[in-house]
Amino acid sequence: MRFLFKTHYQQDIRLFKHGGQVFWYSALALALLAAPWLLPDYWVSQFVFIWIYAIVSLGLMLLIGFTGQVSIGHAAFLAMGAYTEGYLYSLGWPFALSLVFSALVAGITGIIVGLPALRVKGMYLAIATLAFGFIVEEAVTRADGITGGNSGMLVGSLEVFGLPIDSEQRMYYLCLFLLALVVLGVMNLLRSPTGRAFVAIRDSEISAQSMGINLAYYKTTAFALSAAITGIAGALYAHKLRFLSPEQFTFLQSIELLIILVVGGVGSIYGAIFGAAFWIIVQQLIVLAKDWLPPAIGQQTGLQPTIFGIILIAFILFEPMGLYGRWLKIRTYFQLFPFYRKGMFRRQKSYMKSERMK
Amino acid sequence: MLQFLQLVASGIAQGCIYGLIALGFVLIYKATEAVSFAQGDLMMLGGFIGLATTVVMGLPFWIAFLATLIVMLLVGMLLERAVLRPLLGHPSFTVVMVTIGIGFLARGLVTMIPFWGTETHVLPVPYRDEIVRLGGEGADGGLILSMEHVVVIAVTALLMAVLYLLFKHTKIGIAMKATSQNQLAAFYMGIPVRRINMLVWGIAAAVAACAGLLLAPITFVHANMGFVGLKAFPAAVIGGFGSIPGALVGGLIIGVVEMLSGFYLPEGFKDIAAYVVVLIMLVVKPTGLFGENLSKRV
Repeated sequence: MRFLFKTHYQQDIRLFKHGGQVFWYSALALALLAAPWLLPDYWVSQFVFIWIYAIVSLGLMLLIGFTGQVSIGHAAFLAMGAYTEGYLYSLGWPFALSLVFSALVAGITGIIVGLPALRVKGMYLAIATLAFGFIVEEAVTRADGITGGNSGMLVGSLEVFGLPIDSEQRMYYLCLFLLALVVLGVMNLLRSPTGRAFVAIRDSEISAQSMGINLAYYKTTAFALSAAITGIAGALYAHKLRFLSPEQFTFLQSIELLIILVVGGVGSIYGAIFGAAFWIIVQQLIVLAKDWLPPAIGQQTGLQPTIFGIILIAFILFEPMGLYGRWLKIRTYFQLFPFYRKGMFRRQKSYMKSERMK
Repeated sequence: MLQFLQLVASGIAQGCIYGLIALGFVLIYKATEAVSFAQGDLMMLGGFIGLATTVVMGLPFWIAFLATLIVMLLVGMLLERAVLRPLLGHPSFTVVMVTIGIGFLARGLVTMIPFWGTETHVLPVPYRDEIVRLGGEGADGGLILSMEHVVVIAVTALLMAVLYLLFKHTKIGIAMKATSQNQLAAFYMGIPVRRINMLVWGIAAAVAACAGLLLAPITFVHANMGFVGLKAFPAAVIGGFGSIPGALVGGLIIGVVEMLSGFYLPEGFKDIAAYVVVLIMLVVKPTGLFGENLSKRV
């Protein structure tokens, strides 16, 4: 067991709390850097998807997990980022510039969507974002001058500062690099006053307001940042798939993002990454399973939604903190080795809290 | 002018469907403050059970209708007991996610029924392809309504009347009202709050099934018909999320606006009309037409 003796306030907000973390994270970084050489191309390609989905989930996590504002239309921001990137790329903008611009466009859209958040909350906000998601989907389909409408849009192969990103390996490093930037950015944000304000808003809006937090400003900021991060992922998504069509950014895509969050564990950065990895791996496993299942089951189109439904319900009922919660339990078990108790993470009994005044 | 009336009439019929699904949301929301995203999929399930009872078991339509409602009542109660009750006291986001999971599961399982789930089915109803004329006679005289639409409107009105009587005059309805106003106080007064919640889920599922059976002759029965449920959210919000007549009025507004925008506005507006209306509503009057105060306790 490790005991941390804190002698300075700075120790509370350090990125790495102790040497052990530095060691393990460095090891992880090395493993991830070496992975593309050791793994077959197919799995490298899947990893690229994991990194991209991890960026999206981080964006959504910032909004749902840390600011407590539910969005059921996040695919719209992904679409914004992806189509902006695709369009600017076709105009010949350099990637560094068009990436920033995609994030900006998505972020500004985020501010617009965040505006209803100033007046409505809870489910009403969720439904506002749902409505917005549908409107963007329809707009993307109709604006076929820019987006190609239902026939889709082709995105060319990528070049970063003169270096062509023509192999899975290079795409892997690019996505990993951007993911690392986003993770560091979100971590830094969360230990800054802005991040603390987000968390305060999540825990109680009225208490936050009483402490002098400007709800309007911080909610809009949360929406803008979340959308911008999602926009970055959208830009990468465009280059990864090289083909964009409105069917990729539907309501179901938004729901998938929510599932990733819940499965990973709402309210933690690990959760976003675990969730994304889990999501991609499960999809691959389903594809693999189809080959050796009897065709009567394996060829069913309903197999995937059924499995997703079961996973989602099972996680909410049995592991509400998601994969991150499971990881926390396993880690604590080993840290405390003989002293782990069963009821350690048991939740307190909670009662229904009414949101009504009456 | 006649054309306009014609559009409004079919809009009202479509709006009744939205209203019925929205009614399910509102019932559940009022009782448990949870929002159910599974309502559309319960509707789909109702459609398929209706199909099973009429086509496979060969029951006469109206008996099959009742049988479906009863089966769905039980399904709803079972869902509450198995999945929702363990989550009592959790944030509403958790409940939303679990209902999304239920929706996925229902859709997946229905699709997996061999030879059946992936197909589009016609529900044989006795009133198929009949036409009702209102007003003048002749080819261009009066308003022409298909029997399917008339039945939708009539059954919705009947259902509303039944629910009104239930909430107004029966012990169980009054207990439900009490529970939705203050759970703790209702519990202290000896109302079995858990059983009431279970019953509310059952009724919501039955209402959804009713919507499914009514919609079936118009759009056919298939595994993805539940996505209509997404348009019931705007309906519920426009009516004010906690109001039962509001749900129906909201549904009617959405239905009519959708029909009219489909005809008078360029292509594509029909599908998003409901969402544009709800966004405007949220900006102008977030509590909806009949809504209660939104303020929140600390």
